[in-house]
Amino acid sequence: MEESHGSHAAEHAAHPPVPYFAIFGTLCVFTIVTIGASFVELGKAGNVILALAIAAFKASLVMLFFMHLKYEKRPIVLIAIAPFALVVVLIVALFPDIMNGQYHSDDHEFKEAPAEHHEAK
Amino acid sequence: MSDAHAHNFDNDVYEPALEGTFNGKLAMWLFLCSEVMFFSGLMGAYMTLRIGHPENFVFGHDTLHASIGLAAFNTALLISSSLTMALAVLAGQKKETSKQRMLLLATAAMGTLFLILKSIEYGTKIEHGLLPRRDLFFAFYWTLTAIHGIHILAGIIPIMGLWWFAKKKDVSGECEMIGLYWHFVDLVWIFLFPLLYLI
Repeated sequence: MEESHGSHAAEHAAHPPVPYFAIFGTLCVFTIVTIGASFVELGKAGNVILALAIAAFKASLVMLFFMHLKYEKRPIVLIAIAPFALVVVLIVALFPDIMNGQYHSDDHEFKEAPAEHHEAK
Repeated sequence: MSDAHAHNFDNDVYEPALEGTFNGKLAMWLFLCSEVMFFSGLMGAYMTLRIGHPENFVFGHDTLHASIGLAAFNTALLISSSLTMALAVLAGQKKETSKQRMLLLATAAMGTLFLILKSIEYGTKIEHGLLPRRDLFFAFYWTLTAIHGIHILAGIIPIMGLWWFAKKKDVSGECEMIGLYWHFVDLVWIFLFPLLYLI
């Protein structure tokens, strides 16, 4: 461990201090914003998009600063980004299923007591 | 990492994994990549079924949105624990061992408190019969939060290990690795919180 620590300390000194407390404050503020926004009627799609956009923003702050991606070497950054490219592929692959209604149920009426219904099975 | 030759690049026939990046950290990043795909699969299924069966998610959304306080507090806990973990990594690099150990302990304590509050939440859900069989929403609620909870538990244990071993030796490298994992668990919750409680 001592060996890797030596090189690591040098690596650490190479970047300016990370603004941990400012990032923490921003994360807290946006948590409050997203909770507040969930009580405002923006249309179903509007609420979903806003909530996910705020989550993505918060996640990028965590990755950039808490996980030091902003200060990492390029190979590490590429490794970190790779799965997100695959996530986009995953969502695109799911899209036809969502759109052609394969998983849509016949009636969209909310059943009052599905618990009993399932127990009866 | 403990390989005596690891640092001696000049006399080594092997290429260094990534200049200056120790293998454990690289391995943790690769592991986290697989974790991203693991959680994306579950969240993708949640999204697909939610769009396909919106009626199955109305009751669950209303129930969880009505009791948002505890989940909001839990979110604050995880964000705070991420901060203390980041500061612990920094303290470790600066060789401020006692500060590092205190911050690690705080991180583990907040993680534990998260799990305690989560089990209280589970208790009330069970009391009201909101089990996975209730509807699709609760099937996802239990699956996603339980898997996330296991990840929290799997983080607390090595953090306590770091706290213990930091007393005797320099664990700054390991601390950075576990830190990455802990931030990832926080990151998953950043998405789960709006998906389950807000929208």
